[in-house]
Amino acid sequence: MEYTPPPFFKRGPSLLARLSFFALLSLILLYADARFHYMEGVRKVFGVVLYPLQKIMDVPGDLVSGIGSFFVGQSYLKVENERLARQNFLNAGLLQTQQELIAENRHLRELLGMKERTGPGSTVAEILYFGRDPFSRKVIIDKGSSQKVEEGAAVVDDTGLVGQVSRAFPWTAEIALITDREQLVPVQVVRNGLRAAVFGTGYDGTLDLRFMPVNADIENGDVLVTSGIDGVYPAGLPVALVSNIERNAAYPFARITCTPAAGVNRHGQVMVLARLAPLPAYPTAAPQKKAKQRKSRRDG
Amino acid sequence: MRSSGFGYLSTEEILLPVKPAYVALTLLIALLLNLMPLTGWLLVLRPDFVALTLLYWGIHQPRKIGFLPAWLLGLAMDVADASLFGQHALAYSVMMFGAIALHRRVAMFGVRHQMLHVVVILLLMQLIVLVVRLAAGGEYPGWWYFIPSIVGALLWPATRLLFSIPLRSRRDPDEV
Repeated sequence: MEYTPPPFFKRGPSLLARLSFFALLSLILLYADARFHYMEGVRKVFGVVLYPLQKIMDVPGDLVSGIGSFFVGQSYLKVENERLARQNFLNAGLLQTQQELIAENRHLRELLGMKERTGPGSTVAEILYFGRDPFSRKVIIDKGSSQKVEEGAAVVDDTGLVGQVSRAFPWTAEIALITDREQLVPVQVVRNGLRAAVFGTGYDGTLDLRFMPVNADIENGDVLVTSGIDGVYPAGLPVALVSNIERNAAYPFARITCTPAAGVNRHGQVMVLARLAPLPAYPTAAPQKKAKQRKSRRDG
Repeated sequence: MRSSGFGYLSTEEILLPVKPAYVALTLLIALLLNLMPLTGWLLVLRPDFVALTLLYWGIHQPRKIGFLPAWLLGLAMDVADASLFGQHALAYSVMMFGAIALHRRVAMFGVRHQMLHVVVILLLMQLIVLVVRLAAGGEYPGWWYFIPSIVGALLWPATRLLFSIPLRSRRDPDEV
């Protein structure tokens, strides 16, 4: 099976040697990326090279959608316009009360000596394409680190939390959706303030609420919002609705399935929120004190 | 599909010599096709055009293509797909090995039997990606994960035809 030319033709190293070289190189890259995330710099270089090609391939899709929107009926536009006007009116009312709430909140926080919660600025971005890797749930957006999109920032749409920026290239960024298998969001039940963590399942439209005791006070239809204790997601963003609860006393935890609040598959636009102000460092002085105490006891 | 009489020698027709620029152009077009922003069923059905093109050149012109283009294109696909860095590079390298090692054997067969070789090599390529991802803590996505290999093998006759069109001799050999 091995293809070997006669020895008097010089053709460099043998096929197997060449394969071993490139396979070994790939394995080293894989290990460095999966285990230590060393490859981000090289990845960025490839990302910059691929960016123009990506832009070229977006043209046919944009053309099709452009032609499609050109032939939209007038009646449809009229209905849509009416609906948006009504919604705008309702939102305006809500916004007016919200302005007051924001002012009141700031005042109360000042009185209590607490820090501001929201950082300045957020970026609206368009979804370029869905990640083609079948093992993860990711989307690519058209704003990157040159538009101040930072790694780790939260991403929302008009109905709820979409995910988190996992990698920022100069002009594009990768967003890990909350349905990704490796994503975890600390949440809170709106009805009773119960805190929990929502895990992605790797499938569209389902999330798991894990490690909740069988008798936990959770009902179908409960709204889960971000709890804000992680320092990554701002508090109060809608994350999911509880859709199914299985309480089996044979297991220590209940099986709770939720549906995400955000509709990533429905819209083309998302908003990247600015990163939160870093939380105060975790107190690490405790063990030192203990050692000192022990020392003083021994001295005394 | 065998040419009359000399079927045991080779079924390949005699084509013009291949220029490296032509190989590079086909690879660039394949990369562009792989970068198409697709979703849903189209994405599941989409064959890996880069793999198919590399396989074509590996089998038909093993001297004009080596491991380096396959490896670099693999890295490019890893960045574009937002997957682990190096998984496609490894898979394409092994696929290139299969193509070059088998190129004499594959050329002996007709198109339908070539398709059987191609589907096995493409499935092996996807299997490597799957093993890498399972080792890195991924989950088996489902049987549909292997559909692109089957679609790719079904496109093999079209690929052969398409790639050989610019390499056909313009002059009629029977002309005096």
